[in-house]
Amino acid sequence: MTRRFDPLLLYAVLFVLFLYGPMLLMPLFSLNDGNFATFPLKGFTLRHYGEMARNTSMMTALKNSLIVGLGVSVTATALALPAALALTRYRVPAGGAILSFMMLPLVVPSIVLAVGLLIVVLRLLGLPLSLWTVAAGHLMLCIPFGMTVLMSRLEGFDKSLEEASRDLGAGGWSTFRRVTLPLAAPGVISSLLLCFIISFDEFVISFFLTGTDNTLPVFLFSQLRFPNRLPGTLALGSLILVGSAVLVILAEVVRKRGVASDNPGDI
Amino acid sequence: MSSASARTGLSLLSPAFLVMAATLLAPVVALIVMSFWTQSGFEIDRTFTLANYARLVEPGEGTVWYGIRFPLAYPVPAVLMVKSLAMSLVATICVIGVAWPMAYFLAFRVTRYKAMWMILLTIPFWTSYLLRVFSWKIVLGFNGAINSGLQWLGLIKEPLEFLLYNPLAVMITLAHSWIAFSVLPIYVSLEKIDRTLLEAASDLGDSRWKRFRRITLPLSMPGTIAATLLVFIPTVGDYVTPTLVGGPGGTMIGSLVQQLFLRQDNAPLGAAISIVMMLIIAALVGLFLWLIGYRRIRRRIG
Repeated sequence: MTRRFDPLLLYAVLFVLFLYGPMLLMPLFSLNDGNFATFPLKGFTLRHYGEMARNTSMMTALKNSLIVGLGVSVTATALALPAALALTRYRVPAGGAILSFMMLPLVVPSIVLAVGLLIVVLRLLGLPLSLWTVAAGHLMLCIPFGMTVLMSRLEGFDKSLEEASRDLGAGGWSTFRRVTLPLAAPGVISSLLLCFIISFDEFVISFFLTGTDNTLPVFLFSQLRFPNRLPGTLALGSLILVGSAVLVILAEVVRKRGVASDNPGDI
Repeated sequence: MSSASARTGLSLLSPAFLVMAATLLAPVVALIVMSFWTQSGFEIDRTFTLANYARLVEPGEGTVWYGIRFPLAYPVPAVLMVKSLAMSLVATICVIGVAWPMAYFLAFRVTRYKAMWMILLTIPFWTSYLLRVFSWKIVLGFNGAINSGLQWLGLIKEPLEFLLYNPLAVMITLAHSWIAFSVLPIYVSLEKIDRTLLEAASDLGDSRWKRFRRITLPLSMPGTIAATLLVFIPTVGDYVTPTLVGGPGGTMIGSLVQQLFLRQDNAPLGAAISIVMMLIIAALVGLFLWLIGYRRIRRRIG
């Protein structure tokens, strides 16, 4: 078959350019030897990145975000795995309704979730705002994502493997540890990575629920008002973009590879 | 066996459910309760009252916004609500219009490098929303990429001031931020279409356009509707985009909620506005699904 020019391909390329164009300006200007994000470019420099490393409040915010992100991704995945197992392997009464409820954070505007949590923390529990309250909010956002990833993974492989294990005399726990968990591992890894990204990038809930300790997005937001801090902001933003992209690619590759190796017949 | 299965299932589900109950259900309930209280200074008066809701509809002199009269004593929330809905609606229509051909391309034209295309579309979806919005500030700003670029090329002398800090900038930014989100659901329902149906339609004499209109388009509806809702619902209450690129003219209802909670110390009024916003969104979504006959579509496609 001869290749014809496909206008849709042109459209798709333009689409991707539009999608990435604005975002790629950030790394471009962060390497530019100037204090404004303006054309013409003046010359290549890495000094904005050097200044960034010396900014102690930025480094503290980075540390806070890493701690919250790691804690949240591990906790959310640990909670989502049994929940996903329950909804895919057992007959839970009102399972559909419970699942719909747990997926609500995907559609409710996050400002509503944020102010609701704020009332609970300040008025109901009387707790001070801290990284713990931020983490609680992130946990609520991450559990539905973790469950979505894990449920599709658990539905994706052959249940007869688990039945075989049980028929051969393995108990529930041993079947889980020796059959289910290894098969679900790619889902677990991509859930860990995605939950980390969600927490690391989340702004609105952190903005409402943080005390004196900033997470990185909250710090970034506070910097956006100062034009003279633009170069440092651009450098930080570029690093976050690159880091997120690497994690997403990693998560996707792990997930795809897992699917491909278990079902060699599938595409 | 069945009851044992139910018990094991419930015990596996309960930790995640309890966390969600504490972090999702409790806040929503607290928000509802708070909306029936009042606040003066730092003190919360816990007597049940409908005052916050009454204040939102209390008649008064009002204001006129784009030719629409709002005869209310406190018209700000109503104006912002209508404005947010209108801006989200425009952004959503643009998103679906632009994302649809891309999803079609993915489902019907891409044979090689499909994984690459998918990852390319997934990355923006997972990268910081704040940064995606901020990048538009760099593009459209007074000292931004477009202005400095055009000046450099000698096409304009003075920076164009109408680019940033207006409703249009908010709508462009919202549309751009949510586009990656909407391709996937549309793609999934296009991908599911049984290709033999298309062949059958051609064999029976349908033209390509007729085939598209009678098979592809109707069968893509579940994904297209899902994408529409996934973009519309969260954008109505968005706070980041209007704050960064909206300026005074581009504020939305989310900005008002933020102000009431964090600056003006009137959490009960903010809570009431949040609740009304969610109810209006839910009612509009219900109306939309009813109008397009969603039940019928679901029954037919299964």
